[in-house]
Amino acid sequence: MRAIKTVAVNVFRESVRDRVPYNLVLFAILLIASSFLLGQLTAGQDVKIIKDLGLAATSIFGLFIAIFIGIGLVSKEVERRSIYALLAKPVSRPQFIAGKYAGLVLTLAVNVAVMTCALYLILGYMSWTESAAFKATWDAPGADPAILKALLLIFVELMLVTALALFFSTFSTPILSAVLTLGFYVAGHFNADLKNFDRIVESKPAVWLARGLYHVLPDFSAFDVKTQVVHGLPVPGWYLLTTVTYGLTYIAGLLLIATFIFARRDFK
Amino acid sequence: MTASRRDWLVLSLGMMALIAAIGLQVDRDRRFPRSAQESDQVLYVRSGAALKRLTLGFNGIAADVYWIRALQHYGGDRLIKIPGAVRYQLLYPLLDITTTLDPHFNIAYRFGAIFLSEGYPGGPGRPDRAIELLRKGLVAMPHKWQYYHDIGFVYYWHLRDYKASAEWFQRAEAQPGAPSWLKPLAATMLVQGQDRASARLLWEQIARSEEEWLRKSATRALLQLDVLDQIDQVNAAIRRVPLSPGERYSWEMLARRGLLRGIPADPTGVLFVLDPDTGRVTVSRDSTLYPLPDEPKRLQ
Repeated sequence: MRAIKTVAVNVFRESVRDRVPYNLVLFAILLIASSFLLGQLTAGQDVKIIKDLGLAATSIFGLFIAIFIGIGLVSKEVERRSIYALLAKPVSRPQFIAGKYAGLVLTLAVNVAVMTCALYLILGYMSWTESAAFKATWDAPGADPAILKALLLIFVELMLVTALALFFSTFSTPILSAVLTLGFYVAGHFNADLKNFDRIVESKPAVWLARGLYHVLPDFSAFDVKTQVVHGLPVPGWYLLTTVTYGLTYIAGLLLIATFIFARRDFK
Repeated sequence: MTASRRDWLVLSLGMMALIAAIGLQVDRDRRFPRSAQESDQVLYVRSGAALKRLTLGFNGIAADVYWIRALQHYGGDRLIKIPGAVRYQLLYPLLDITTTLDPHFNIAYRFGAIFLSEGYPGGPGRPDRAIELLRKGLVAMPHKWQYYHDIGFVYYWHLRDYKASAEWFQRAEAQPGAPSWLKPLAATMLVQGQDRASARLLWEQIARSEEEWLRKSATRALLQLDVLDQIDQVNAAIRRVPLSPGERYSWEMLARRGLLRGIPADPTGVLFVLDPDTGRVTVSRDSTLYPLPDEPKRLQ
């Protein structure tokens, strides 16, 4: 456990050294500038748009961090040959993978937490400055606690993307890992189409193949409840629980396979 | 030259090159002006369903972008002063894409319907499209009484179909949370739909809406109704004036005969227009209240 923690803390420190937190400044500027500009452009929809923008930015910034740092977690150590020194220490290969993963998830958690605070600050300010009559036209309260539901699923989605990136980086080059992770992310958002393939294709094998892919590919579309939350529509607790559990199970599977591949990898 | 000086020189040259590029761009734009509509009038993807997939879960923010585009398109085209110019061509596609990307985008349905049904040149004059958009909203939110009400309103105000209007107001009244004034409104539509007082009643209800834009629309419509009353009075007075052979109507002539003290103006302060041949008074095209709801088609 201690070894995992040491590796994780190092990954986090490295991400800080790589100026990853700069994206937080960009996020804050984006939100503040938007909150001032949107009122003039959107016919009273500024709070809805700030929520959309905040959630989308949290997701996109996190996605870039997860992919572009995730793909280098293992390959960077191999390229720099620092992997030899690392594995010579009392750090087993599974601990190395778990530590690397935990470190990037910690980076993402800090990132999402700061972005959440910034989003709530802006929304709280906008709610505070608006009249009660105008607020009555909103679908949901400004600083709505339900936004946390969307942020929770975004975070689990980012954890899943990180696991995918790490998984690919254990056996392929960084560029190929990035392409594969991004490809799986895109395909995972088209999952609903794969499930309903029988509506457009009659061939049974094609339908079975699509149905198989539907189950094998990560179901990223399930993590998207942004629209429901922004419009104050209910997101049942049971849905959250099953989706989070699905995400964590998938992550566990990916990490275990990544550990297996990495354990058998020959670095000579 | 020291290495430090050389670095600064390189940086300065780089900055100067960038500034020169901006200067060249400004100069080129001055020589070859770009049409403002060039970038505005293009809709690269017309299928909202395709766009929803392409946005990979970011459909909410994409809907916001299309909503802002719809507002800019509508507002921009309203400002075009060229008579007969083709306007509002992208308004319905933009609103359709917005509401496909985010089917719960309430304001896009309600304001969109107002924009679409507004008569030319203030809007495309497509109440049929407005109803289509609101019906789409009802698919996403079948119990939203406001959409039933808005459809009833389009039938009443723009299509003059009082029976259909009353039916939609009745349907609105049947929805959960609907206000109590919808029931008498439906009855009024059936009995005296053509009455200006009914229109006033309807707009007064809309003027109490929580949506600022709807309130603004209602305020404008109530002013238009005031203007219609004003014009009726002036026209009635003018009709009592007999014309000598070869004589034409003019404000001066009406003032000379003691009928008017000056040129009457609408509530926005824009002077009314008098037809010298018929003596009919109308609101000026320069007025923000133009065109009036009962304005003859030929004036539009």
